[in-house]
Amino acid sequence: MPAPPCASCHKARAALRRPRSGQALCGTCFCAAFEAEVLHTVVAGRLLPRGAVVAVGASGGKDSTVLAHVLRELAPRLGISLQLVAVDEGIGGYRDAALAAVRRQAARWELPLTVVAYADLFGGWTMDAVARSTAGSGRSRSCCTFCGVLRRRALEEGARLVGATHIVTGHNADDMAETLLMNFLRGDVGRLARGGGLGSPGEGGALPRCRPLHLASQKEVVLYAHFRRLDYFSEECVYAPEAFRGHARDLLKLLEAARPSAVLDLVHSAERLALAPSARPAPAGACSRCGALASRALCQACALLDGLDRGRPRLAIGKGRRGLDEMGPPGLHRGQVQTPASEAVPSF
Amino acid sequence: MCQAGEEYAEPPAEGPRPPRPGGEQKCVKCKEGLPVVVIRAGDAFCRDCFKAFYVHKFRAVLGKNRLIFPGEKVLLAWSGGPSSSSMVWQVLEGLSRDSAKRLRFVPGVVYVDEGAACGQSLGDRAKTVAEMKLILQTVGFHWHIVALEEVFSLPPSVLRCFAQEPSGTKGAYKAAVDSFLQQQHAPAQGKEGLSQPGTQDPQNPSAPPSAAQTEAQPPIAAQTEALSRLFNSVKTLTAKEELLQTLRTHLILHVARTHGYSKVMTGDSCTRLAIKLMTSLALGRGAFLAWDTGFSDERHGDVVVVRPMRDHTLKEIAFYNRLFAVPSVFTPAIDTKAPEKSSIHRLMEAFVLRLQAQFPSTVSTVYRTSEKLVKAPRDGSAGGPPGPRCLLCMCALDIDTADSATAFGVQTLHLSQMQPPTPPAEAPTTPCCSARVGGAQGCCQGAGPCGRQDPRAHVIEQLCYGCRVNMKDVGLGPAGAARVSD
Repeated sequence: MPAPPCASCHKARAALRRPRSGQALCGTCFCAAFEAEVLHTVVAGRLLPRGAVVAVGASGGKDSTVLAHVLRELAPRLGISLQLVAVDEGIGGYRDAALAAVRRQAARWELPLTVVAYADLFGGWTMDAVARSTAGSGRSRSCCTFCGVLRRRALEEGARLVGATHIVTGHNADDMAETLLMNFLRGDVGRLARGGGLGSPGEGGALPRCRPLHLASQKEVVLYAHFRRLDYFSEECVYAPEAFRGHARDLLKLLEAARPSAVLDLVHSAERLALAPSARPAPAGACSRCGALASRALCQACALLDGLDRGRPRLAIGKGRRGLDEMGPPGLHRGQVQTPASEAVPSF
Repeated sequence: MCQAGEEYAEPPAEGPRPPRPGGEQKCVKCKEGLPVVVIRAGDAFCRDCFKAFYVHKFRAVLGKNRLIFPGEKVLLAWSGGPSSSSMVWQVLEGLSRDSAKRLRFVPGVVYVDEGAACGQSLGDRAKTVAEMKLILQTVGFHWHIVALEEVFSLPPSVLRCFAQEPSGTKGAYKAAVDSFLQQQHAPAQGKEGLSQPGTQDPQNPSAPPSAAQTEAQPPIAAQTEALSRLFNSVKTLTAKEELLQTLRTHLILHVARTHGYSKVMTGDSCTRLAIKLMTSLALGRGAFLAWDTGFSDERHGDVVVVRPMRDHTLKEIAFYNRLFAVPSVFTPAIDTKAPEKSSIHRLMEAFVLRLQAQFPSTVSTVYRTSEKLVKAPRDGSAGGPPGPRCLLCMCALDIDTADSATAFGVQTLHLSQMQPPTPPAEAPTTPCCSARVGGAQGCCQGAGPCGRQDPRAHVIEQLCYGCRVNMKDVGLGPAGAARVSD
């Protein structure tokens, strides 16, 4: 049975059905619709004002590739300028290949690229070193916890280096839905209270962040990359199978099969959660060591690094961070390269 | 488990491992009896301590919340399943104590016969109802058996929210208890002087039952037919389960209102509520979690739904029922033997239970998180006048404007794809366009609502987000439309 004509231009044959509405569209019209919707999200949510210098967190994966491409198309209309910031976590066999993809993209799009590495920022701690350090504790490694916190810090640093006014990341609707499920299953009331919106407005000196793709489903992101023939890196991180997010992801795929709108329904639920005032996070202060945004005396990145340096990696992952001495060893500021407890060079 | 905020335990020392609970272990509470069941993470209880623990939890939940006033009429929603049977049994035992600590409200039991929605034959239904009656007679409370078909004869007033009576402060509760106790101790010139209007004497459950029982009339065939048609017209099992729940709730509330009950107790256990919370998230009901899974649910105004079993896990209930011979009846539900992937409810149930087997703190974590949810709109606009309510679930509507940058806005977005993207329109899209999300382009671009779509669109715009998504799967037949028209 031949495909029906495109519901939009009525000329070309339809190439796909949009997961959201079941509408049959040809490739060109779908891409145009996708871009229009991202533009609408940015404009209606007032995410990126005119004249903003926008740092795009580019990992080489599909989401950030699509984000960078769409924003580059929309940049003249929105009146923004783009900078690519890539983070090198030091995961051997994975990140190097992804960075190569980012470099190719930067060259093709003629966008300035800045690479920030964990090893430089965090005293020689690469993710492989962190994974080795946390591997011996008998429980799951939770190196994804470290990576998430440190990467956001690294992104912030990179954005400041290039003089950006906003940070954008490529989180899509599936990511938001998985995060909501995860936070409930783990009882993470703090993150529930903070998340679920369009991003953070940037309190306490941190740069405002947003996620222009967060209402686009993952399927559509992949389809867009396919129709625009974008070159991206599609392997998963070496440590991903150990992450708790895998459970939430499996569940989400099953839910989507039972009801196609489940992803956006979860995003809607996240937007409308009502938590008790006692559960809301404390007002933002500044970290006593590095001055970054923190709700406690030490920001999470400094706390995690502190734990790593003391040989007790799980020190900052726990209730009340008991045992964490706020007046820890001096000299853990960025820029000073410290010799970590384990090797800096991954022995793969 | 990667649980946020979990305590980090030092790696176990290399000494001898602690002894596994075996025959030599004693009950952790009384240190004397032989344990028969393990609760939570490794606490072994003997039979008597378990019973005391179980009963104490039930009384504590009621006592802590102080919502049930003495002498109040409370309707127990009984499905025949283990949780609600256990609840009914607890109420029975709690009322029959001869101490000052006995429960002080007046119970009734309602059973809703849902056989028509589940596709059971009339013969099977009659058999089930007969079994139910046997147990109800043993229990001895006033009972009401209603068939789900009676939902068609409900007046439209059930869909309106009645004015809420002030629930009273702590002072009011204490005062009510004190006055009740004084009346109890007053010299009894015959028991008639004791009772307040509308209360029954809880000590005489053998009062002639005929007056207050609602016998199950054989359901009218046309209504049974209409009900099966309604449920068969629903395309997905998810929507069927939600519809069944809505109809059942309205029916029970109607029974409560007609017979003067001011509270309804349902037997939702801790496990079921954790699953229900996750399911509600997936259905788009994130705004109403506190009502759906909290202890009290007062969105219907005059009748408050209460969940006293919410601290008990399914395991505890099952063991209690077995050890203390609590009668229950199995009835097939609408999703019995349905494959795991057939509905959101089944998927969540399988997921949570599987995760619980791997990480034993899953259910309690979700439950603890649910206690931190409050009944308020997110932006804190609680001071203003109450907004419109959903027609089906009676919660305040949680719909954003149609073109906003939210999950709802993006699903009702209507961008012309031939022209370059224009700035979003100021006015929200007309309701008929929002009702047909999958409809073709160019439906009515600003031409006003289509006449054909009007009744359905009119209904849909009065629903909350979750109910709208459900309604997409329901073919609103004449029965449904007649019911929901005000």
